[in-house]
Amino acid sequence: MTLTDMVITKTIDARGMACPGPLMTLIGAIRAGAVGDTFAVHSSDAGSKTDIPAWTAKAKHELVEVRPQDGYSTFIVRKAH
Amino acid sequence: MKAKIVVLGGGVGGTLAANTLVDRLGDAASVTVVDPTGMHAYQPGYLYVALGQANGRWLGRDERTLLHKRVDLVIETADRIDPVARTVRFASGGSIDYDYLVLATGSRTVPEQIPGFVGAGQEFYTLAGALRLREELRRFKGGRVLVGVTGIPYKCPPAPVEFVLMLEDQLRGRGLRSRSEVTLLSPLNRAFTVEAASKLVQPIFERRGIKLSTFFNVEAVDPAKGTVSSIEGEEAAYDLLVLVPPHRGQALIDASGLGDQGGWVPTDRNTLQHKTHDRIFVIGDATDLPISKSGSVAHFQAPIVASRIAALVKGQVPQQTYDGRVMCFLETGGRRATTLRFDYAHPPVPPRPAVLWHAAKWMFNRMYWHTVPQGRVP
Repeated sequence: MTLTDMVITKTIDARGMACPGPLMTLIGAIRAGAVGDTFAVHSSDAGSKTDIPAWTAKAKHELVEVRPQDGYSTFIVRKAH
Repeated sequence: MKAKIVVLGGGVGGTLAANTLVDRLGDAASVTVVDPTGMHAYQPGYLYVALGQANGRWLGRDERTLLHKRVDLVIETADRIDPVARTVRFASGGSIDYDYLVLATGSRTVPEQIPGFVGAGQEFYTLAGALRLREELRRFKGGRVLVGVTGIPYKCPPAPVEFVLMLEDQLRGRGLRSRSEVTLLSPLNRAFTVEAASKLVQPIFERRGIKLSTFFNVEAVDPAKGTVSSIEGEEAAYDLLVLVPPHRGQALIDASGLGDQGGWVPTDRNTLQHKTHDRIFVIGDATDLPISKSGSVAHFQAPIVASRIAALVKGQVPQQTYDGRVMCFLETGGRRATTLRFDYAHPPVPPRPAVLWHAAKWMFNRMYWHTVPQGRVP
């Protein structure tokens, strides 16, 4: 499945947002979402490349894809439980 | 005919927007602020009340005294917005029509969403909560203190870090430090969302023996066991528990179908217009923008919204846009503080904590009533 044909429940455009930041916003969306929901996070923050996979692994959700874009990355995360 | 502009909410954003609109439009518009209480609260003060460093008296003012005399103030609870008919209905049965609507309705805390929180956990996000916590701290004789975050977004992202640092200071001063363990349950893998600020704060934590538990997003409290659990599957024990409660947008937003799941209003990040209804503008906490929910954001957005509405009323093309500007102080204890200033394009580069910034924050707290609502601070 690719970014274009995946059903995204919510897209979070966190580019250029230092505070509360892409990961915090993703955590908020996952809390509020339902099991199986898929979130796309656009982040230009270099820290997201380590933070988002690390949290997703610890919280046992699924990191579906990390897609490099022009000047930012898109992280696709599915709420697993 | 005069344009009818209605501003919902008499906090920093609503008050400043209303005053700026009157300044810009004069007789060309009627400007009405609708607020459920008519009292304006200075919420950054709650932290100091909780820690016994300020009393609650200076934190509230009559909204009327802060508004330009040409702004009408209506003390009513708005319970439904009809964006097609362009009407706001009041719980009392009345209503008001608008040509342009400004939503400056802020956020509310919903501690009841966290099982076990109410009654077991303390908070400093309301004046009542801050006063209760102050009493609890007075009675505190040492033990395990946990400070954590229960939901995102929440107001004033630095507040839990500030609270931990200032509390540790207080316990030391009261001779209770050696009998206490102070832990920040951080939602992230560092102390604070902004990495540069974390690099400043974490060495202070280490020097002062403050524990940092990372990736701990509080899910539930078990008062019988005296523990909190996280959505990441961990547990921690407490004697004193201080949590940032979950936040939501106002019930009015939900009832009007204008928000998302969290009650936040979908807002264009530059024009601050509602994404579907272009006669509705949104300021401050009420937006769904993933930026700080803080007074400074409302303060910076209000003049932009006022300028855009004024242009539309005059038949001009709005020019000003919001660039994501945020400014926060971050108290680091020991009468020192740093500042975080940033926008969409520029991440923050906080200066070393200094007495100067602590003094600046105190000055700001004192000057607020005479400067910010009137638009005297750019």
